[in-house]
Amino acid sequence: MTSVSSLPRLHALGEAALLCELPAPATLVQQQRIWALANEALQWPAVHEALPGMNNLTLLFDPTQIDASELEMQVLAAWPQLTMAALEGRTIEIPVAYGGEHGPDLADVAAHTGLPPEEVVRRHAAAEYVVYLLGFLPGFAFMGGLPPELATPRRAEPRVAVPARSVGIGGAQTGVYPLVSPGGWQLIGRTPLAMFDPAADEPTLLRPGDRVRFVVESVQT
Amino acid sequence: MIVVLRPGMLASVQDLGRHGHRGRGICPGGALDALALTLANRLVGNADGAAGLELTMGGCEIRFEAETRIAIGGDDFGARLDGMPLWPYWSTPVAAGQRLVLGGANAGDGKKGVRSWLAVAGGVDVPPVLGSRSTDLKAGFGGHQGRALKKGDRLPLGQSSLDTAQRARRAFGLRGPDWAVDGQAEADDTIVLRVMPGPECALFTDASVAALWGEPWRVTPQSNRMGSRLEGPVLERRRVGDMLSSGVIPGTIQVPPSGQPIILMGDAQTTGGYPRIGVVIRADLWKLAQAPLGGMLRLAKTDAAEAVEAWDSQQRYLAQVSQGLAASGWPAAAVHRATPD
Repeated sequence: MTSVSSLPRLHALGEAALLCELPAPATLVQQQRIWALANEALQWPAVHEALPGMNNLTLLFDPTQIDASELEMQVLAAWPQLTMAALEGRTIEIPVAYGGEHGPDLADVAAHTGLPPEEVVRRHAAAEYVVYLLGFLPGFAFMGGLPPELATPRRAEPRVAVPARSVGIGGAQTGVYPLVSPGGWQLIGRTPLAMFDPAADEPTLLRPGDRVRFVVESVQT
Repeated sequence: MIVVLRPGMLASVQDLGRHGHRGRGICPGGALDALALTLANRLVGNADGAAGLELTMGGCEIRFEAETRIAIGGDDFGARLDGMPLWPYWSTPVAAGQRLVLGGANAGDGKKGVRSWLAVAGGVDVPPVLGSRSTDLKAGFGGHQGRALKKGDRLPLGQSSLDTAQRARRAFGLRGPDWAVDGQAEADDTIVLRVMPGPECALFTDASVAALWGEPWRVTPQSNRMGSRLEGPVLERRRVGDMLSSGVIPGTIQVPPSGQPIILMGDAQTTGGYPRIGVVIRADLWKLAQAPLGGMLRLAKTDAAEAVEAWDSQQRYLAQVSQGLAASGWPAAAVHRATPD
């Protein structure tokens, strides 16, 4: 309960958005409070969007309905009373074909980490990840939980077009590219699951708070 | 049905944007000049949120297969309908088979913009996706097949609120939005954008912050629907350090390590990791959407109170437009513009 005392710092992001930022470092407990604040604030009539970042939250509001200073007071008043219930995310399993044409950088990650490729795959799939936020692209999840020994710097030359559904490691993060896009992460595999489907009721496979496990479907080394 | 004979540099279906999905990483998109599209829609009897076409740098040609009515917002690029000149913010009847042609760059009559918004009676009736007909060009969905328009594309139109007599009514127009801030135009073609200091403004050196407000900024040709990239003095931080991903909205002025700011626009990603030195107020975003490549900007420091007043003033102008149209027997667009970002 140590983080309860850390009130968010508030900054205007233009006249119609309020940034609520927690002191460093980013932790899962702090991120859970971010999600709770997002859920709470979306109940307020003047707030029409809540966008979680890493250790921060941006609220979009209608300044003709509420003064920024009133909204700030509302945030600070709500903060100590946030209910952390109902924040248990779902557990989502993401099958991955590791290595080979699906994961052209698996050998590079193995070389960087000093682990055999099979061991990189085993450790990547053994860990449990938590979705902190979605951003960058529709359905792109920023996840915590990569085993530190798997951290690998981004490629010196980013790819112009990373195939959709590629699973990558970029620095201390891992994630899945929902769409074809430029990208510099090391690609270690690919999933058959769609991370983003604009026609679905739930357009993204993942939501903040979800727990993710990668399941080894195949390994090519 | 309308047929794209030549799309020009970049043409796409856009409405007032896809809101409410940023938490999923989905950008709002939409017409970069929401004001221009709104006015054009009202001029053809559409609801404000009807989808139109966003056209870039002129050079396009469109054929109308059936009788309808059109209006152009933004720069007209010397628009002609079967050879007859067409002014921006005029509502014009169109006969079946007529062709609209927008000339190339600098074909207009002096005011050098970069984009035009075409509204057609009934609106472009592509299927809405996640509550909007806007094209998300980066993610490849919405609009017409999730992509920029190509030669030969045929776009269906929705049901118009205009009756036969209204559709055929002779052309009329309204005074477009005023470029001057509080009635004070710049001496040259410099566009003034009012900007609130951003959350990380204090991260920059005093000299850099002074340069932000004091120096002119050039819009570089690398600008697009994701952002306007500016060129000017290098903005330096007091100390270097990584920032965690945090929300960004259209108008956010990010400063990447190059020190050359980027003003984010509708198609920008939802979160960013660069310091935000400022945020362009909502009432001035339309000017940025029309700022010509190579054109000059000045960033004027403002605060929330002035920003809200500027927004209200724009809403009053829109309300006057509605009243004027209603008084002349035109179907009033009862729907007020959705609150954008």
